[in-house]
Amino acid sequence: MTALQRTPLYDAHLRLGGQMVAFAGWEMPVQYAGKGLVVEHEATRTAVGLFDVSHMGEILVQGADAMVELNRLVSNDISKLEDGDACYNVLCHEDGGAVDDLYVYRLDSERWFVVVNASNVDKDFAHMQRLARKPELFHNRSRDFGQIAVQGPNASALLARVSPGDAIGLPRNKIRVHSFRGANLLVATTGYTGEAGFEVYCPPEIADSLWTALLEAGADLGVTPVGLGARDTLRLEMGFPLYGHELDDQTSGYEARVGWAIKPKKLGGFVGSDALLRLQAAGLPKKLVGLELLDRGVPRADCQVLHNGAVVGKVTSGTHSPTAKKPIALAYVPPGLSALGTELSVDIRGQAKRAVVVAFPFVTPGSFFPQ
Amino acid sequence: MNIPANLRYTNDHEWARDEGDGSYTVGITDFAQESLGGIVYVELAAEGTRLKAGDRFGTVESTKSVSELYAPISGVIAARNTDLDGAPDACNTDPYGSAWMVRISAESSGEFEALMDASAYATHTAG
Repeated sequence: MTALQRTPLYDAHLRLGGQMVAFAGWEMPVQYAGKGLVVEHEATRTAVGLFDVSHMGEILVQGADAMVELNRLVSNDISKLEDGDACYNVLCHEDGGAVDDLYVYRLDSERWFVVVNASNVDKDFAHMQRLARKPELFHNRSRDFGQIAVQGPNASALLARVSPGDAIGLPRNKIRVHSFRGANLLVATTGYTGEAGFEVYCPPEIADSLWTALLEAGADLGVTPVGLGARDTLRLEMGFPLYGHELDDQTSGYEARVGWAIKPKKLGGFVGSDALLRLQAAGLPKKLVGLELLDRGVPRADCQVLHNGAVVGKVTSGTHSPTAKKPIALAYVPPGLSALGTELSVDIRGQAKRAVVVAFPFVTPGSFFPQ
Repeated sequence: MNIPANLRYTNDHEWARDEGDGSYTVGITDFAQESLGGIVYVELAAEGTRLKAGDRFGTVESTKSVSELYAPISGVIAARNTDLDGAPDACNTDPYGSAWMVRISAESSGEFEALMDASAYATHTAG
């Protein structure tokens, strides 16, 4: 077994009493002493949360043909992006299964910044190297960036105190350059909590001082560090897929309900687009649904979903929603059982708990990006 | 951390209190509730369930994790705290009081005496 990697904020987590756990090959805080998952979750919905997401991978695609090369590999149509725009994508296998889900940022016409899941950096980079016509344009720069997400209703006020700049006040999916103590930051209006806020990419050597400055400047704004536990419950309340749960090598973005980010008919298509069109025409074998439990209990990943006593599907993520204060889950079921209001049950330790198909997002976030 | 001197403790962070009538009240410790975080669900075995020491008698779930509850002593569940069905958060606020979980009518007193006392449990959790 290889040693766990540490982010540039490792020492900061220990100072804050972070309860460190192994995640995707990294040693990360799951929650912080004196706070805990629910407190950290609620602070993000009502004030502002700070997340260390430095474990995420960054791939830079650089050169005159960068856009065309990258557009052949990702599902959304990045030819539509202007400088400083971003969009969500699925990276697909030839058969349509998801290699990963990722964000593409257009820094300028010849520099494209791709942010991928920590667990998939090596797989994604190998996939790009294998399928790109010009693999030399792709550079794995994952070690060159720390990343701090600043999320919640007070995110703009907080960032304005520490690193004011052009990203503040923009709609979602933009990226701008800010500065902090002489260093350049890439500040994006993106995130995975459902809240308005920022994802800030910084040189690793200033990550700790930026993190500390944000915590100190935000005391009266209710800032709190947030661990992986609340990061997961926040994204699950929004119904955002998490790779390895809702998306995997055998599951397409259509099944995971991110079809809005899949443009198989864009000029030239992309790796996997033919397979995805065939899949769509043939009918999806399964569909992601939101479930709300009507009985007491907490559904968890891998719990079986039952219909009239027969196993029909599987929970991919589940929790007790800190915002809605009820048990919620995402699950795959056959399309015929995916209509809102369908009555199903979830097997939790041998007991069939009644559940109903509901729409997701499961909650309304506490903040919104300007339109 | 609160470790009352009048209770006995298990390695798995349950506490037991001698009620003086051959029964023992059981719950989870302050250390356990602090480690679990916000507790959202408690499932307890039914009254009348016969347990051997170390048998599972229930489950405590926080938002993130699931933890099994293990009987500190052998006996029969004489009572279970149904208040926890509607207010599982009492486990976080009052783990030694209103969040008691079950009362076990013991087969003998020997198993209780063999549990850790408060100072031994303090050492156990300091590790």
